[in-house]
Amino acid sequence: MGTKAFLSANEAAAHGVRLARPKVISAYPITPQTTLVEKLADFIADGQLDSKYMMVESEHSAMASALGVSMMGARVFTASSSQGLLYMCEMLSYVSGARHPVVMADANRSTATPWNIYGDHRDAMAMRDSGFVQLYVESGQEALDTMIQAYKLAEDPQVMLPVMVNLDGFTLTHTYDLVDIPDQDDVDRFLPPFQTKMKLDFDNPQVLCGTIGPAFHTEGRIQQCEAFEVAKKKIAEIDAEYAKMFGRSYHGMYEEYKCEDAEQVLVATGSLAGTTRVVVDELRAEGRKVGMIKLRSFRPFPKEFFASISGKYKALGVTDKSISFGFDGTIYGDVKASMYGNCGTKMANFICGLGGRDVSKDMIVEMFDVLQNLSDGKSEDEVQFIGKRW
Amino acid sequence: MAIVFKDLPDEELIYGQKSCQGCAALLAARLTMKVLGKKTMLACPACCFAATTSVYPESAVFVPNVVTAFPALASTLSGMAVGGEAMGLDDDVTYLGIGGDGGTVDIGLQALSGAAERNENILYICYDNEAYMNTGVQRSGATPYGASTTTTPAGICSKGCDNTFKKSLFEIMAAHRVPYIATASTSYPKDFMEKVAKAKAKKGTKIIHVMAPCPTGWGYSGEKTIEIGKMAVECGLWYLAEYEDGKYKLNMEPKEFKPVETYLKAQKRFKHLKEEDFKRIEGYRDADWERLRRLVQM
Repeated sequence: MGTKAFLSANEAAAHGVRLARPKVISAYPITPQTTLVEKLADFIADGQLDSKYMMVESEHSAMASALGVSMMGARVFTASSSQGLLYMCEMLSYVSGARHPVVMADANRSTATPWNIYGDHRDAMAMRDSGFVQLYVESGQEALDTMIQAYKLAEDPQVMLPVMVNLDGFTLTHTYDLVDIPDQDDVDRFLPPFQTKMKLDFDNPQVLCGTIGPAFHTEGRIQQCEAFEVAKKKIAEIDAEYAKMFGRSYHGMYEEYKCEDAEQVLVATGSLAGTTRVVVDELRAEGRKVGMIKLRSFRPFPKEFFASISGKYKALGVTDKSISFGFDGTIYGDVKASMYGNCGTKMANFICGLGGRDVSKDMIVEMFDVLQNLSDGKSEDEVQFIGKRW
Repeated sequence: MAIVFKDLPDEELIYGQKSCQGCAALLAARLTMKVLGKKTMLACPACCFAATTSVYPESAVFVPNVVTAFPALASTLSGMAVGGEAMGLDDDVTYLGIGGDGGTVDIGLQALSGAAERNENILYICYDNEAYMNTGVQRSGATPYGASTTTTPAGICSKGCDNTFKKSLFEIMAAHRVPYIATASTSYPKDFMEKVAKAKAKKGTKIIHVMAPCPTGWGYSGEKTIEIGKMAVECGLWYLAEYEDGKYKLNMEPKEFKPVETYLKAQKRFKHLKEEDFKRIEGYRDADWERLRRLVQM
C-alpha cells in the first residue's frame, strides 16, 4: 500500500493536501511555509492535482478568499507562518465563528520583533483563542497523515471547525525523512467529498457570517464550545480509523510514552516530542524512570487527561516554545489549570526553543534533572528558561 | 443594454432594511439588484449596507448573502467566484460586492487591487457617501475638501476635511486595466443601471463607483437625496464616466457648471464654508476636470 519518498515535512504535508483533493488553494509566500504551497503549485502544474490556485496579494486575503471558497461549499486549503498568520488573524475568527471547515498549515515561526525567521510556537499560540483546532505534528509522516485527518475532523457535521496543522519551522519543514504516501483510492475511501448545507445556494438563500446581537450571540459561542468537546472524541476516533486503514496511529489528542512506571515526565509538543522520545529511551537505558507526554492537540486541550494524571508522577515538566508575557509558558498554564484542585505532582515549566534556538538532548536531560531534584524534595524555580546564555 | 423602466421586474430583492430615510446607498443596492436578478451571490463588508440589512434573525436581502470583514470584501468575493467556478456553478452567476467608500478606497483597497490584478470574475460596487457613515461620519479618503465630519470637525482652527481631492478609485482601478470601470450616481438611475447591465455581461473584474448622498452624514432632509445627487453632478463635483477596452469616456459633460455654492450650501457639513472656500473648491473641480478631459483624449 502506498509509495515511499524522501520528503521534507512541507512536501509531505503538501502530499497530504493533494490526497485530500481541495477544490481551491489560496497561497501567499512566507518563510518557512513557502515550499509547501510551491509543492502544491507543482502538483497542479504536472496534473497530479485538479485544484484552482489563487495567488492572492496577502495572508489576510488568503484566509478571506478561503472563507469565500468554503462558503460556496468547496474544500479549500491555505497555509502561513509567523507574521503572515498574525496578518490573517482577523479572518481566522470570521472563519471559525461562521463554522467553515477551512484547513490550514502553519509552519511555526517566531514573531517579530526582533525579526526572526526560525521556529518557535509564538505565532500559533497567539492564535490560541481564534476558534481554530490546533494540532501539532512530530514528523513529516505525521504532517502528511494529519493533513488528511484534519479535513475529516473539520468537515464532520458535528464538528464543523477550522483546523490548523502546525509543523515546526525548519526543524520539520526543511528536514527530510522517508515518508509513506498513501494511495489516492484509499484516501478517497477515508475522506469522502465535502458536503454541507451551510453554503451559498440559490435554492436556499441565506445570510452567512451575519451580524448577531446580544440576543443570540452567546448561543452561537456555546455551539462552538460544544463542537470543541465533540472534536475531542472525534480526534481520537478519526486517528483510530486512520490507523486501521493506513497502519499508523498518533494516539489522538496526546500520547503517553513510557509513562507507566515513570517518576519524572516531560510534556512536549511538535518536533520536540521526537527529540524527547530519544532522550527518554537513553535515560531509561541508564535506569532513570522518565517518560513523555506528547501533546498533539493544543485546542481542544485534553484537560480531563491532565486532571486524571494529577499526582501520578513525582514531577511533571512542561516545555513551551512560547511565552504569555507577564505569565508563564502558554501550555504550562493550561496544564496547571487542568490539574488545579487535585495536584499532588510537583511541577515545573521549561520555556525553550524561542526564535529557533535548538533544544538539544542535553537540555532535555537538564529538564529531567530539575524534575529529579523536585522529586527529591529540593527546590527549583517553577518557570525556567532552558538553554539561556545568561 | 438600454434600461426601460417599465420593463424592469416588480420583484424587489432588497427590501425591509433599516436604513435612514433617503439613504442612497440602499437605493444603489436596490437598483443594482433590479438589473442583476436572483442569480446573484452577494457579499458586503461591515458597513451601513450590512448593518441595515443583515442582522440575525432578519435579512432584507433575498439572494445568498455574506457579511465579511471590513478589509476583506474583494478577497472574500474572489474566493466566492473561484469557489463557484470550482463547484461548477453557471457562468451567468454574478458575484456582487457592495461596499462603502471607506471600505473600498481605504481599508479594502489592497484586497480590491489584488482581485483586479488577478481579474477575478466579480462586480464590485462602491457606494460613496463620502465618509465612514456606519461608525458615525468619520473622514475617509473619499471625503471632499471642507466637509465637517466627526474626525474633521469645522471650528475656528479647522475648515473641516483638508483633502484637496477625493482619492480617485476610477483612475486607481483603470491602472489595473480591468475590463470595465464606471462612475455613476443614484440621481441618474438609468445611466447607473445601464452600467450595471453592461458590467454583468462582461467577464473579469468590473467596478462601479456610485455617488450615494447620505442625508444623515451630509445634513439635509431625506426627501432631497435625488436632488442633492443631481446638484453634485451639475456643479461638476461628481462626474459620470466609463473606462472600457482601455479607453476613458465621459457620459455627461455639462457645457457650463452650475455654481458649487448652491450644492454646498444645501448641506450642513459645508455650512461653515465662505466665499473664498467656494472659489478654492471650484479650483479643485476645474483641475479634476482638466485631468478627466486629458484622460478621455488618451
